[in-house]
Amino acid sequence: MLQGEYLGMRLTIEDVDKENLAFFHYCAQGDFRLQRGKRSGLLRYPPTTACPWTRDREYEWVSVEGKGAVHSYVEVHHAIQPAFRAHVPYMILLVDLDTQKGEPSEHEALRVAGNLLTADGEFAPPEVIKKVGIGTRVCMIFKKVSDGFALPHWTIDEEAEQPANPWRYPQE
Amino acid sequence: MTQSDIDTTTPKYLRNKYALVGVGETTYRRGSQESTRNLATWAINNALEDAGLEAPDIDGMLSYSGNDSTMSPFVAGDLGIRLNFYMDVHGGGSSSEALIGIAMGVIEAGMCKTVAIFRSMNGYTQVRIGGTGVRAAAPIIGDQVHMRAYGWQSAGQLFAPTFLRHMYDYGTTSEQVARVKVAHSKHASNNPKAYYKTRYTVEDVINSRIICAPLHLLDCCVETDNATCLIVTRAERAKDLKQPLVQIRSVVGRCCKPRIDMHYQHGPISTVAGYYAKDILWPNAGVGPEEIDLTGSYDAFTFTTMLQLEDYGFCKKGEGGQYVSSGIIELGGGRPNNTSGGHLCEGYTHGMNMVIENVRQLRGNVDDSCPIGPDGKRQHTYDYSEGGCRQVKDAELSANLGWAMPGTGSAMVLQRG
Repeated sequence: MLQGEYLGMRLTIEDVDKENLAFFHYCAQGDFRLQRGKRSGLLRYPPTTACPWTRDREYEWVSVEGKGAVHSYVEVHHAIQPAFRAHVPYMILLVDLDTQKGEPSEHEALRVAGNLLTADGEFAPPEVIKKVGIGTRVCMIFKKVSDGFALPHWTIDEEAEQPANPWRYPQE
Repeated sequence: MTQSDIDTTTPKYLRNKYALVGVGETTYRRGSQESTRNLATWAINNALEDAGLEAPDIDGMLSYSGNDSTMSPFVAGDLGIRLNFYMDVHGGGSSSEALIGIAMGVIEAGMCKTVAIFRSMNGYTQVRIGGTGVRAAAPIIGDQVHMRAYGWQSAGQLFAPTFLRHMYDYGTTSEQVARVKVAHSKHASNNPKAYYKTRYTVEDVINSRIICAPLHLLDCCVETDNATCLIVTRAERAKDLKQPLVQIRSVVGRCCKPRIDMHYQHGPISTVAGYYAKDILWPNAGVGPEEIDLTGSYDAFTFTTMLQLEDYGFCKKGEGGQYVSSGIIELGGGRPNNTSGGHLCEGYTHGMNMVIENVRQLRGNVDDSCPIGPDGKRQHTYDYSEGGCRQVKDAELSANLGWAMPGTGSAMVLQRG
């Protein structure tokens, strides 16, 4: 079992939940791994029990580069969970990984969720949030929950070439 | 069962073979001061009165909830109803139409004859639908970590990326979808039952505070305490009952996009389940969107109404913003939507009140403030100014478009008998 406190929230992955257990355990090692179906050769996210394209239950964990571009997002100004009240506004990003984008069909992608953080793992301040929109290049960072348990998140990829005007919700 | 009950003339898709014969609700309030069990018996009683039925006439019961309600056996026992069939299922929006379809199926199978469907909830004072209150700080286990650990929990937070991407893909604007609130609040102002009866403008919506961009406070529905009930039976039986006949032409239940667990994996993410559901709804009904007189497109948020009208084909893909801002969805327009005020204004029921409203509209006897004539019927004026009429003239066909989430929807076409 994995368990820990994160922003004051109790997070638990139970022993029978082997797929999530492995996923978050790899994250704790700084290694973003996804399941690759043996029959299809396709990666999937989030962890599941079978391949959505071939219903194959056999898979292997494969390291995947945590790089991509923002596909859509939500910018939360009114927090619902008490843990997030101190962090508004905060961004939840849906990121298209470069790996397997447009496969197996045109509109499919590995769309990985996470918050927008600074490079050192803090919630991004408003002036950084204002720079991020659809198309922004981001890379993955990990936030420790407890020993052997970490969450994947996103930060602006400072080494990547950024779009001139990433699309943002126009009403500021 | 007597020989005369056996029907050997089953039409294709059961089209028009079943009817909604009774509708009822409690008040729409914040602070019901009643248990969900008490609210349920209240709403069912009102639906029985409406239909002209007595307790022994009901022998089937269905309900849905998210562990926030009471179960059929308690409610049936309280009302002295002996059941031949019941089922209480998990679910929220998109359940109303789905359960109507199940009711038709179990009656068709001979398992029972008449089904009461209820949804009872203290959505403001007990288990808040927006995820605040007791749900906000619940422990986060397993698959939930991929969402709730990111502060991605409420319906608004979870659905917003769909709308944002629609803005990006098609140029849809907040001002356009604000017209949904404008329309529904106009309708609610002519509905004495509505929780919010104030009319709002586009500016009111745009200037209300941002909850989670791109959603403003007034893009979001209300949370209320209430119960609602629908009664389903065979149209043949309905002819002897109290109300004008309202038949079910077709029904779709919880139709899904691929990868429903994490539907964002399968794009375009600005397309919703209606894209798939429309191919069941319209062929089974034998009519198309252009023939529909009024709609009940689920308004959890202003944009959910827009996305569904678009994907069910009431306009071209990408033109939902223009459609909902054209005036067509308002009373007096070509195809009004949610004439009771819906979830944005009347009250939040997980879809039931939009079905109830369309039943009353098709009966031609919607409960507005128009005077009641000597024959006991309302004398509708069709003057839709504030506090006035909300009856749609000569309404014959309605469509309900239920929404659970971007990836799941239900739908139904009703026809005046």
